[in-house]
Order: sequence, then C-alpha cells, then structure tokens
Amino acid sequence: MTINVSRRGFLKATAAGTTALLVGVNAKGVLAAGSTASAATDLNPFVKIDADGTVTVIIKHFEMGQGTTTGLTTLVAEELDADWDAVAIDFAPANTERYKNLFFGAQGTGGSTSIANSFMQYREAGAAARDLLVRAAAQKWGVDASSISVENGMLTSGGNSAHFGEFVAIAATLEAIEKPTVKTPDQFKLIGSEKLHRKDNTGKTNGTAMFAMDVNLPGMIYAAIMRSPKFGGTVVSFDDSGAKDVGGFIAAQVLPNKAGVVAFGKNTWAAFQARDALSVEWDFSAAETRSTDAMIADHKAMLDAPQFDVNHEVPLASVAPILADAATTIDAEFDFPFLAHAPLEPENCTIEPTEKGVRVYDGCQFPTFTQPMVAAILELDPSQVEVKTLYAGGSFGRRANATSDYNTEAAMAFAVSGRKVPVKLVWSREDDIKGGYYRPMAAHRAKIGLDADGKIIGWDHRVAVKSIVKGTPMAGMVQNDVDPTSAEGVSESLYNVPNFGIGLSDFQTPVPINWWRSVGHSHTGFVMETLMDMVATQTGQDPIEMRLSMLDGGTANQARMIEAIKLVRDISGWKKGDKRGFASHLSFNTCVAVVADITVEETSVHVNKLFMSVECGVAINPDVIRAQMEGGAGFALSTILRNQITLTDGEVDQYNFPDYELLRNEEMPEIEVAIVPSNNAPTGVGEPGVPPTGPAVANAIFAQTGKRIMDLPMTKAGFDFV
Amino acid sequence: MQYQLKINGESRTVDAEPGTPLLWVLRDELQLTGTKFGCGVAYCGACTVHVDGYPTRSCQTFVEDAVETEITTIEGATDKVAEAVQAAWREKDVVQCGWCQSGQIMSAIGLLTENPSPTDADIKEYMYGNACRCVTYVRINEAIKLASQKLEA
Repeated sequence: MTINVSRRGFLKATAAGTTALLVGVNAKGVLAAGSTASAATDLNPFVKIDADGTVTVIIKHFEMGQGTTTGLTTLVAEELDADWDAVAIDFAPANTERYKNLFFGAQGTGGSTSIANSFMQYREAGAAARDLLVRAAAQKWGVDASSISVENGMLTSGGNSAHFGEFVAIAATLEAIEKPTVKTPDQFKLIGSEKLHRKDNTGKTNGTAMFAMDVNLPGMIYAAIMRSPKFGGTVVSFDDSGAKDVGGFIAAQVLPNKAGVVAFGKNTWAAFQARDALSVEWDFSAAETRSTDAMIADHKAMLDAPQFDVNHEVPLASVAPILADAATTIDAEFDFPFLAHAPLEPENCTIEPTEKGVRVYDGCQFPTFTQPMVAAILELDPSQVEVKTLYAGGSFGRRANATSDYNTEAAMAFAVSGRKVPVKLVWSREDDIKGGYYRPMAAHRAKIGLDADGKIIGWDHRVAVKSIVKGTPMAGMVQNDVDPTSAEGVSESLYNVPNFGIGLSDFQTPVPINWWRSVGHSHTGFVMETLMDMVATQTGQDPIEMRLSMLDGGTANQARMIEAIKLVRDISGWKKGDKRGFASHLSFNTCVAVVADITVEETSVHVNKLFMSVECGVAINPDVIRAQMEGGAGFALSTILRNQITLTDGEVDQYNFPDYELLRNEEMPEIEVAIVPSNNAPTGVGEPGVPPTGPAVANAIFAQTGKRIMDLPMTKAGFDFV
Repeated sequence: MQYQLKINGESRTVDAEPGTPLLWVLRDELQLTGTKFGCGVAYCGACTVHVDGYPTRSCQTFVEDAVETEITTIEGATDKVAEAVQAAWREKDVVQCGWCQSGQIMSAIGLLTENPSPTDADIKEYMYGNACRCVTYVRINEAIKLASQKLEA
C-alpha cells in the first residue's frame, strides 16, 4: 500500500535531510499546556482562545483550496464544543517538531494526508482545551467540574454561564491531561454535518483573503528571472542594455547557481518587462536537447529491457513462460506527456529582512524543506528563517518539491539584491508553463494472458518513467531501487491477478519533474482501468461485474472498493451492455468509482454526466468531499483531452493558457457524487478523484466508437471535447 | 507619469509608466490585491474588474486608457447585485483555492446586471472566459442561479 511505503520513506528522508531541525525536541508533547510560554491564550499548539471567546485553530497544513482549514477546524470545534461562527484560523509557523505531518515526520502537505494524519491529533487538541476550560471554570466558580456543561462556546453550571474567553487566563496555568477523552461518533455534531460552510468563504469572495502574491511591504522591490530555454542550461553572460530602456528597471544580476538572470524592478510589470528585454548567452552542454517524439521513443525502448522488478515475489522473467501457454493475450502500449500543474496563482515568494534573519512569505507546502533550503542559501541558521504561510492559489503538487525551487530562487534573488529591502519574486504564466517540475512523461506496456475460459493467468507489465524522488532529499522513499511513486496504482492494484510481474525503468532527463495531483496514479490509474476494460471486452464480461469478481480476496480495501463500486452502479442505474464508461481506482487509501455518460458524434466527445462514489472513511465535511470529487474530475478532463507539455530541441512548445488550456465552464459536465457511509478512519480526498475519471471517459468512448485511447492527450487520436 | 484614476468611487493619483496594465497599478501601487494575476494575456479572467460597469480584463487595459473611467474592483463591489452574488457564493461554498474567484464574481455581477434571469446556456456562455483550475464551475453556475433568485425575491 503506497501510503505506508511513503510514510516510512518520508521519515527516512526527513532524518537524512533535516536532522538539525529535530534537535532539541520538546519532550513534553504537543498537548502540554502553556508550552509556548509567552502567549497565555495558547492552550496548546493548535488552539488559541482570545479574551472575547474567539477560538483560533492553528492550521499545520497549507490551504490550496482542498478544504483543509475547514476540516481541521471542524475537528477542534467538535471536541471543544465551540461556536462554529466564532472560530478563526491561522497558519502555523515553520516548526517541524510541533507541526509535522504525522505520516511524514516532516511539516508538509501532500499525498492527500492532511485530514488522515490529523484526525486524532486535532480532536485531542480540542478535547484537551475543553478540559482545561472546564477545570478553569470549576476553579473560578467554585463548583465541581462534573457539573459544567459546554455548548456552542459557552460553559454553564447551575446559574453560572460564560463564554470561553472568561476562563483562558486560568486555563493556561493548568497542566493539560495527556490523553483526553474524545467523542464517540454518535456524539458528533459538526463532524459529518452538512450545515458547516467553508472557513475561507468570506475572504475569498470579497478580495480580502491574503495570498502570497498579495504581500506588499514598504520598500519592496520585484524580481523576475530569465531561465534557460532548455532545461539544464547555465548562464555564460548577459547584456541588460535593453532592460535599461524599461521604466522602473533597477538592476539585473546572474543567480549564484548560474541557472538564470534576475531582473529587479519597481513593480511586477517593470520586472517582467526588464526580464524580457535581457539578452542572455547560455551554455547548453548539460541541457536537454531532445524533442518529444525522440523522448517517447526512448521511453518505449526502455520498456524492452526493464531495469528493476517492482514485485520481487513475481519477477518479470517468471511471467514469460506462463504467457507462452496463454490461449489468448491482450497487448497494449500507452504513453503520457509531461503536464504542468498550472496553479492559477503563479509561483511567487517574498523574502523580507528581519532583525534576526529573514521572513519568507509563501503559500508554503513544505516548510520543513523551505526553511533549511532558504537558510542554506543565505548562510543563516534555519531558526533565523521565519516562514509565513499564506493562502495558496492552487498547487496540485507544484508548491511541494524537494528543492523548494522558487523559494530558493527568491533567496538567491534576495542575496544578490544586497539583502536590504524585501524582494518579491513573481513567475509569469509563461514562466510556469515553461518552467518544469512537471508530471513526468511515462510509457507503459502490458501483455495479459488469458486461458481458454477467459481467466487471467499472467500479466507482464512494464513502466518507463523518470523517478520523482531519486537524487533528491526524498530518496529515502526508494526501496530495492524502485521509486514507489513510479508504478503505484499498478503495484498496489486491488485486483486478484495471478503471476503479475512488473518491470520498471528510470527515464533520465534534465527536465525537472514533480508530484502532480495523484502522482503516479495519474498514469497508472488510466492504464489499469483501460486494461481492465479491455479484458472485459475480450471476455464478454460486464466491466462492473468483472471487477467485483476480481475484488473477492477479502481485504479491507477490496471490501471498501466493492462498496464504492456498488454505490456508483446504483446511482447511475448501470445495466449490462451499457454504452457508458466505468472505472474505479484506489489511491491515497481512498476508493473512487466513476460512471461516465457521454455522447460522441464522429470525433467530438461531449461528457454529459459523471457519477462518482467515494469511500474515504468517516466524512468530516461531506460538502468538501463532494467539491474535491467535482474538482478532481474536472482536473482530469482537460488533462486527458488536451493538456500536454511538448519539447522541440529541448525547448517547451507551449507558453500560456491559449496552448495549455484549462477546462472551461461550458465543458464541465453535470456531476453527482455519493459518499459511502463509513466509520473507518478518514482518508484523503484531494487527489483520488483524478485517476478514475480519465479512464471512465476513455472507456465510454470505446463503448461508443470502438476506439481505444492509449496515447494521451486524446487530441492525438483526433478527439475533441464539445 | 501621473494618472488620475477613479476607483471604487474614489479619486486616486498613481505614478506609472505609460503602457502599464491597470492590473499591476491596482495590485502593486494601490494595494488593491483582490484583483488577481493569472495569465497576463486575457485568457483566464482572474484580473476581471468593471470599467464603466462592464467586466474588463485589467491585464489588457493600459493605465492611460483607464483615465476618465469608473473602475470597480472586488473591494468596491458592494451594490445589491454584488451582495447577492457574494452571498450566493458563500451559501454554495463555491471557492476552493480562491484565486480566480474575484474575477468570477466580477463577471457574474456583470451578467446579472445585464440579464437578471439568465438560463443555464446564458451562464455558460457569459462565464466562458473565466477559467478555474480547481474546476468549481458546477457551483459557480448554481450560485449565479441562486443570486438571480435572491435578486428576484
């Protein structure tokens, strides 16, 4: 199961990369009352209460739209019995020990883990704070604690009644209990409620929500960077005479790592204009110079001779003799393009000098990496780098990478600026589209052997893709030479498949790659669910019945997936012989099943409606879950249809949204999401809606046209969305 | 160059180079950061403001062309239609990351001002130019319908 591999890996990665941050661990534990010493109203690292009774929940994860602020706030407010409308949020500072992701051992957001890792921690934080308030009230009123009831932010005992704020001063002097009692599910009032609205609703509808790019500081200058047009190129020399004609231009400097030239301006526009006017000579000797067609061919050549066995219990070599005995085989080959994350707020970061060092303003996805990386460039101790996390205008994985690329760029720009004034680095959309850190290209080849009865007897599966984690501080995730993100979704398939051998080759390129919403599942989910549809077609089985029959191993996740599949079958009214498409996939420990209802006229595809079901354990905020399924599905649609980053002689062909076009309003189908009722521990929802949506649509296209989509995006096969 | 601009009912003097997009004047000079930068080529709509009442891409509007116009940004969107739209947005929990939403809302206000009872097709056509990477379109369209009902009530 991916998530466990990742957890262990992250712990290793953290130990290797950020040991210094873990020295001096506070042994009192996260729920120690008054552990922040100076702030009397901090009841614990996650709960702060003002004298007026306002509760502030400290959010250890960042908010890129996935709803984490609302979710974590719900967990605290539930156990605290707070007044939902009187609960505010604030993002946590960089402090790995206190605010680490309990699955990673590092402070960071990703892998759809925010709610899953925090579920007990935030509830216990709320329960511990509630207990402190109750004991404080008992002391103040001179009553027995057991006589006090708490509801909606008010404590009551007999004729006494007052809000939380009346007791915080006393509460902060008390010792917190180590293991507070949390509610049982039947006591939940807020968890699972359909009535709660998002905590970021108001600020994001009146223009007041603060995103990183909204930072304006006195004396601040703006920076834009000219990067190598070919990935891996370095600066030889530059000429800024053109920039000198740009009003508001301040200066230009080579970055210390020679990866680009930074232009400073009096505002963002001046910085962009000056940057565009620079003339730079590049050294491309270590750069990527291939074109996309050659890179696809190179991936496919690697499929001929896989470097590693992913499943050591079934080496690839052991599958060939079994396939030789097959009555029939299904052979298929797939390829996937580089993809940009294209968060609507382009990458940006501001660095401000402070008395003790610097302050970094960022929609910061991984403070545990950003803090030491910025510190290293500026030759500061990590403790001198304060990270101020603000709202992120999307990420989809882009803002999390092991090199903290745009944070370190901002640090380099700040360093060469003279460090006297705040520097805001802003990427243009062109910088974002052309700037790398893509979902890697990938190629798959499968040979599935069937016996005379149509039963699968063996499966040879090969993947070629650049490793995301090898050569980075996250290399601790690698096991037996295998980056677990490369073939996840194939290697942890829930289906009972005998003799399932998986070979992997690591593609090599200087093009920087990164996690992209659903990571390896973004291609492996498409491949697996297309292949399952091919098996169903070949053997004359109903695609849903066939999957259910292959999930009968009795594991917990198989049982969850069966529930999800049956639910979507019911809400969609699926019938045998249906001309719609079906797909289901487990990712990030969450099961999602999709039925796609489409109309095809020649090569024009119209998606009428998507039916989705999700099993993600207990539903904390059902409406946030539905929103993530809607968003994940829509994100998948533009991807499979038309999104791709291609190279010509190493240079990116696309430049901006006109040729990397997002899904548009009129292209979004109707969508119905059903959540499987569950008391299992909650699992993630930010990513799992993506993987099954593409293959559900592709399988529907096959059902209606007989054409299989195997090379992405679909425009390569001549299809268009209308 | 100094320019006199009328923004959200107030007269503001700004110092800017000719040819500077209104977007950057709003964001960098006037700290009206509710208006967002998404693409710079009028292809995403995140920078939508109203110029003389019409939704306009501020990334493609030169500062000199904005003189002697009435500019309204999300910070100044306070009329009855704006209030109905923002309330509907909150009721439907439209936002995810939020970066496109000021622009979506300014376009929606433009739509409902022109056409208080839009059909589904009207909404999809009018809102075509506002891209949302989080894909909140289903809720955007529901919120516009809800705002329309609020205004009729």
